[in-house]
Amino acid sequence: MRVVIAEDSVLLREGLAEILARRDHEVAAAVSDVPGLLASVDAHLPDVVIVDVRLPPGYRDEGLQAAVKLHRDRPEVGILVLSQYVEQTYATELLEVATSGIGYLLKDRVGDVVEFLDALEKVAGGGVVIDPEVVRQLLARGSHHPIDQLTPREREVLALMAEGRSNVAIARRLVVTPAAVIKHVGNIFGKLGLEPAEEDHRRVLAVLAYLKGPTR
Amino acid sequence: MARSAAGVGNAWQALRLNPLALLRSPWPWRSFVYLLVGFPVGFAWLTATATALGLGLVAAPLGIGLPLLASAALSGVALAAVERRRLRLVDPLPAPSPHRAPDDPGPWPWLTCRLREGATWVELACAPLLCVLGLLDFALAVMLLALVLGLLSAPLQALLLPHAHQNAAWQQILQDGRSLFAVWLVGLWAALGTTYLVTAWAGLRGALSRRLLVRPPRSELRTRIVELTRSRARIVGAYEAERRQIERDLHDGVQQQLTALIMTIGLAEAELAEGPPAAGRLVSRAHREATQALQELRALVHGIVPALLADRGLGPAVAAIAERSPVPIHLDVDLPGRLPDTVESAAYFFVCEGLTNVAKHSRAAQASVTLRQLGGGLLVEIRDDGVGGASASASGGLVGLADRVSALGGVVHLSSPPGGPSVLQAQIPCGS
Repeated sequence: MRVVIAEDSVLLREGLAEILARRDHEVAAAVSDVPGLLASVDAHLPDVVIVDVRLPPGYRDEGLQAAVKLHRDRPEVGILVLSQYVEQTYATELLEVATSGIGYLLKDRVGDVVEFLDALEKVAGGGVVIDPEVVRQLLARGSHHPIDQLTPREREVLALMAEGRSNVAIARRLVVTPAAVIKHVGNIFGKLGLEPAEEDHRRVLAVLAYLKGPTR
Repeated sequence: MARSAAGVGNAWQALRLNPLALLRSPWPWRSFVYLLVGFPVGFAWLTATATALGLGLVAAPLGIGLPLLASAALSGVALAAVERRRLRLVDPLPAPSPHRAPDDPGPWPWLTCRLREGATWVELACAPLLCVLGLLDFALAVMLLALVLGLLSAPLQALLLPHAHQNAAWQQILQDGRSLFAVWLVGLWAALGTTYLVTAWAGLRGALSRRLLVRPPRSELRTRIVELTRSRARIVGAYEAERRQIERDLHDGVQQQLTALIMTIGLAEAELAEGPPAAGRLVSRAHREATQALQELRALVHGIVPALLADRGLGPAVAAIAERSPVPIHLDVDLPGRLPDTVESAAYFFVCEGLTNVAKHSRAAQASVTLRQLGGGLLVEIRDDGVGGASASASGGLVGLADRVSALGGVVHLSSPPGGPSVLQAQIPCGS
């Protein structure tokens, strides 16, 4: 993969570059701000960019805004947004503009090198990856929600679905048969009143869209 | 009698009384005495001060002049003190001195304290005016008294001294019974008019003295309250700025370093995947521990200033907590943009606490959070349809937040009758 990194901390920028280089990915550019990111994307046409939410000058959500703009301009470039914290609000905002090639993960997920690169590849390939923490925040909600009808195992499956995993991957992770996972997914869609969809990321979108809820 | 003497607290108010009631009240007599006494007091002050000043100037080179000059400067203080006591005749309300108490006991602290006070010099500047007015009061009172007594005593004069008067016209009046009666009647009216005039004059004079020499009610207290309120708001502002700085420092410093550490450990873990299992286990443990540390740090930073609040402001941050509330929340947010950091933080944590209480105690099926601009400030309202009976003291967190709101000059109001509904409100001014 050809990757562009936008991260203002030198330490993390170099850490990310090293991880990618060791796994034989090409780091086309590692920049520290939004203008640098946009210029590098134009210059190198990467498969995927990794962008920090907080970037100069304001250190607020410049990275997120840049991701939204980048997706509008170049929908073919995958965007993985990294952050020190995850907010469901930000996840929803990203998914409102980007229905493919988008990811939103906590920074410490990078430490699980294999899974991180897996997620990065998924995003580069047009998939959607949402941090399980976002799903955890959603699941922590109240008793008035149909989400409560889910069994603990179904919740686990839902969280893994949100991460963009396939049924086979979920089965491997939970050490159950793929058939069992398919049954769980069917139950989840049934309890939440959702039609099962074809692609992985559509499942995530559907789940998140439902969880966000139009009622409130 | 149309009006009674009840409710009359000073000479000026006594003017409302009808003539009989006024004459039976003490006010005209007190007013009269008040007007008469001012002159001797003023005269004594003038003499003493002029003497002290003169002698002081002459004796200044000798050293003894300085205390004399100081006493001349402080003579206004003495006159004002007497005037304030005298004021009780026509206006018995407390007349506190505008001076403050010296910091230490003893004559020297007293002296330096007085000489440094503005009130001392105001009183000195007023003293000559008081003397002139005292003379005027005295002249007016004596002239009116003479007039009234002269007219009223006309029959007596005619009886006792029928021929003693020099004035021919007066002599004629005294010898004619009818005009004598007319004069006596005029005297009666003059007495009545004088009663009102003296009372009114004394009332006005009293008001002037009060204005010049008496400390305005609670003025000093008010100034101090204003100053304390401002300094408290400044402290809260500094506290908030510091919190945000700490949040930023943690985010830019330790959090990034820990994250980098986790990345490095992750790399090591990947490298060791085919290495000795013991080393792999240790590195995995290091990975878990570092991740745990980062999670705890993240929770800590979130408690200081939630990222969404810092990044996006109050509306989105409150929407996020409402989203996580177990009780369904209806949001009504109408804000023009970002508010001052202190206001946003206070309002945010206020809503957090309010919603926590709703979830814990109210047994509500529905709640609403309203955020809107109100005047120059922010209105925060949390309403639920629960069982009510909430009290601010029952929630320690709420007391602390109410303090924080009031430090910003805001107010908190809780209405929660048994049976509900509960309404928790905060109004926070937005400063500039």
